[in-house]
Amino acid sequence: MTAALHVAGVRKDFVVRNQGASARFTAVQDLDLVVPDGQFLTVVGPSGCGKSTLLDLVAGLTAPTAGRILLHGAPVTGPATDRAVVFQQYALLPWRTARKNVELGLESIGVPRRQRARLADEHLHLVGLTGFEDRYPHELSGGMKQRVAIARALAVDPRVLLMDEPFAALDAQTRESLQEELLRIWRATGKTVVFITHGIDEAVYLGQRVAVMTPRPGRISDVIDIDLDPVPGQDVRSDPAFGRLRHRVWSALQHPAPDREVAHV
Amino acid sequence: MSSSTLTRPVAAALDVAPEDYRRRAGLDVAARPGRFRLAVGRLARGSVAVVAFAALWEVAPRLGLVDRVFLPPLSVALGALADLVANGQLAVHLQASLTRALIGLSIAISAAIPLGAAIGRSPAVARLLNPVLELFRNTAALALLPVFVLVLGIGETSKIALVVYACFFPVLLSTITGVRTVDPLLLKSARSLGLHPLQLFTKVTLPAAVPTIFTGVRMAGAASILVLVAAEMVGARAGLGYLVTAAQQNFAIPDMYAGILTIALVGLAINAVLLLAERRLSRWRPSA
Repeated sequence: MTAALHVAGVRKDFVVRNQGASARFTAVQDLDLVVPDGQFLTVVGPSGCGKSTLLDLVAGLTAPTAGRILLHGAPVTGPATDRAVVFQQYALLPWRTARKNVELGLESIGVPRRQRARLADEHLHLVGLTGFEDRYPHELSGGMKQRVAIARALAVDPRVLLMDEPFAALDAQTRESLQEELLRIWRATGKTVVFITHGIDEAVYLGQRVAVMTPRPGRISDVIDIDLDPVPGQDVRSDPAFGRLRHRVWSALQHPAPDREVAHV
Repeated sequence: MSSSTLTRPVAAALDVAPEDYRRRAGLDVAARPGRFRLAVGRLARGSVAVVAFAALWEVAPRLGLVDRVFLPPLSVALGALADLVANGQLAVHLQASLTRALIGLSIAISAAIPLGAAIGRSPAVARLLNPVLELFRNTAALALLPVFVLVLGIGETSKIALVVYACFFPVLLSTITGVRTVDPLLLKSARSLGLHPLQLFTKVTLPAAVPTIFTGVRMAGAASILVLVAAEMVGARAGLGYLVTAAQQNFAIPDMYAGILTIALVGLAINAVLLLAERRLSRWRPSA
């Protein structure tokens, strides 16, 4: 089988310069992760545990110091549209309308103008923003901006969608509705999703599996299967099973599994 | 709603709802109440000082507060201006000056933006060029006028070169700042979408820097007229600067004031055109 994403023994060192002296800092080490095609995986961990480093590595924005990252069997050599990233701070170009922002990635792969506009409108429709195509980012609320960013990421038809704490800056209600939207979009598109968060509830609610990351150096200490069967319209978060899974993730964050083998799936 | 808000006395004047409230209420954010009336009101208030100044200029010479030979009333200066317009002389001088200013400004902008972008993107180039740029920037352009005349002669070239010199540095420095202060997250996200370096520059860095660059372009626009008029006063056969000095030397004092008024109006017009262009290019900014 070829996994959608295979992270094998990855390490990332940074050089830290401090008053002329330079030291090495290991952000992540012995990182192993396999994500099957179409899975929704959440990565949870405290801030500074190397979650964003992991995401940058998978996105190809930085290269690993050691180890390999394979996407459907092929090594990742740099950023490309087979992966797309959604960032916490939206990162929309303020001088472009929603539609033109969604078109940005399509321009990089040379999609003709008319097709770009059509694809952009389709994806804005997918995220529930029909009627807002010509709005500038400053005319949109935080939740709407993040919807545009999700549409922009999906428009390039990536095989893997990478999300770096995308809902952390939103208020609780907007966050919940966007979480539900994201699950709906995921079911509709069948994309592989790697979703980074520091919220245990969010990780358990969204993920089919939760990878727990612990810091210094960052590594995945545990992977927990989420076998909830959410009934639409029901409050999954109040389900006792949700509470038990939540507690398992919480415990894993408190007491990292000493046996590294647990991390292998 | 808590009872304290209900019992609170109604404020005499209600605050205007902030933009995002109006947006959420589905109102057109761009529409503001009584826009036309506001504009008229602003125009009226803005022109009070100008009208007072014009009145003073008209009355002071007539009352003998100043010598009306050296400072004729405004109406006399305007009469001279009308004559210069009618006999076509003003058009000749205006065209000569505007041509020089626009050519100089265009050359400066098209050279300074690429160079500024290169310097802004590469710290190595910046370190190399910074000292010499600082030296040039702090050398008053007019101090170099004799040099330009010696090297390039008294003709058009030296005047245009001086305008280029004066316009170059404001645009260059604002471009460097603009390119340097682009939000790194925008670049990172564009890179993750597969944009290659040239696309990153044309689609992200440059548009993000436009507002900053334009600040420099407007400063350059003002500088172009300033140095050009001075250069034309020193040596030229046409141009608004020439018109002013020639009129003074021929004791055609009303003509001199007509020339000065024209220079002021040209400066205002250039600034207005550049402001308009700036607004068009930054329509995306929240009610800039």
